[in-house]
Amino acid sequence: MGLKTAALKKSIWVFHVACSPCNNCDIEILDLLTPRFDVERFGIILVGSPRHADALLITGVCNRHVTPRLIETYRATAKPCVCFLFGACSCQGNVFKGGYNVPRLIDEIILEEDPNAIIVYIPGCPPKPEAMIAGVVKALSVL
Amino acid sequence: MKKTILPIGPFHPLLEEPEFFTLYLEGETVVKVDLRIGYNHRGHEKLATGLTWDQVPFLVERICGICSTSHPYAYVLAVEDLLDIKAPPRGQYIRSLIGEMERIHSHLLWLGLAGHFIGYNTVWMWAWRYREEILDACEKLTGNRNHYAMCRVGGARRDVTQEAMDFTMQSLDSNERSTTMFLGAIVDDPVMHKRLKGVGVLTKEDAIAYAATGPTSRPSGVRWDVRETDPYDAYGASLKAKAWDVIVLEEGDVFAKAAARVLEVLESIKLCRWLIENMPDGEIDVKVGNIPEGEGCGRHEAPRGEVFHYVRSDGSNKPIRHKVRAPTFTNLPTYKASCPGEQIADVALITAAIDPCYCCTERVGVVTRNRRNTLTQDDLVKLSVEKTLEIEKKIGRRSNLAKI
Repeated sequence: MGLKTAALKKSIWVFHVACSPCNNCDIEILDLLTPRFDVERFGIILVGSPRHADALLITGVCNRHVTPRLIETYRATAKPCVCFLFGACSCQGNVFKGGYNVPRLIDEIILEEDPNAIIVYIPGCPPKPEAMIAGVVKALSVL
Repeated sequence: MKKTILPIGPFHPLLEEPEFFTLYLEGETVVKVDLRIGYNHRGHEKLATGLTWDQVPFLVERICGICSTSHPYAYVLAVEDLLDIKAPPRGQYIRSLIGEMERIHSHLLWLGLAGHFIGYNTVWMWAWRYREEILDACEKLTGNRNHYAMCRVGGARRDVTQEAMDFTMQSLDSNERSTTMFLGAIVDDPVMHKRLKGVGVLTKEDAIAYAATGPTSRPSGVRWDVRETDPYDAYGASLKAKAWDVIVLEEGDVFAKAAARVLEVLESIKLCRWLIENMPDGEIDVKVGNIPEGEGCGRHEAPRGEVFHYVRSDGSNKPIRHKVRAPTFTNLPTYKASCPGEQIADVALITAAIDPCYCCTERVGVVTRNRRNTLTQDDLVKLSVEKTLEIEKKIGRRSNLAKI
């Protein structure tokens, strides 16, 4: 573990990238910030710009229209950063796999852009907020 | 005065979903709003033609995560219309119950986001905390917080237990208390009045002209609710029993839209209670055999307005055409009537006040990058004519219409 990764783990600031989702994972992510789960007590804050973010929260299946925007957002994020793929859609395509507007999966797109990208998969449709917190904690303990 | 162009999006902290707004400003005043979508198109209609009749509900459920019962609900109503069958009473009541639970949590969600948009995060936190109770009840009833998968052609997919219904009653009681408190807090709050009253007024004429539906048109004085005008499933019986009422307000501003949604939550709570108390016994679904040739339409009053599904069958095990029209499709253009002349700070709120759901709406994706493609009516007609000529060429004969 390098110094940079060690600093990354302390209180991660996240940027939410919605790549043609069905809104469900997005709503559950916002749910994490509200009183029942309240991840702000761990220092996790939703920020307004990828330049400020330590992690990208990516949801959805990433259609043709949004792919270049996702790559641009990934480039804009300060490295090292962690990409959390929320939900079955972003992990493996879910019911949309094989659709004409869903040519590639998100991890393929990101790995093509940066082969050393750190990608964390949190499956579920949608993953429950508890599962999301568990996934983030597990990922941080491995890094 | 010089015009300023302000781009917002596609990934913007205020926007839940990716979409791209262009605001044309004169000073602080908005003169024109342009919207580019296509970031959410996943090709549902095409994918649906590759799945069997019983698999499609799982696909259409994933059109939208917030109104995730309304799409399969409208779809199964369409297929039942094609088959000319009716679900057994218990199946109908279960579907309607889930539909109403969804309305409650969707409206509370919108209220929270509206609070967030005006920088009133207390409202956001409160609304979403009260929403959790409803989600717990949904989890108890169906097994998942969202994406309930309770609709199937011919009835409900699974039964609800008495224990779950008792739990739901408790959740509804506690939610009613908090929502009533919430309503009082909104009505008494001078900040809310100053911020929301008279902002983004949608007149009754505009609402009718743009064919707005649901909680966008009802606060403008248009009494149109599919549950009342064309009752289906358990709604007809509940109307006869006077279990609930349609909320119609007159002002048409953002305050009226917020108030209408809170009042609708209270009405939905009443209706849910009535549905649970009058839940009939018996079968939850009928056996559905082969789907014959034909076509069917189904519509359901989703939290955002009327959702419409059309299916066509050629007698095989898959639909050959599936058309979806989401409520946001008609609600969205109303920003053209309500935005111009408003302050830039209010535009986020006004566009949010229709509770837009872009992932429901998008049926077209533009693939070319860095090129502005706008298809006008003439372009579409030209494309259509070209296709007809192509087909004539392919099958080697001219159509009868060409003679005319």
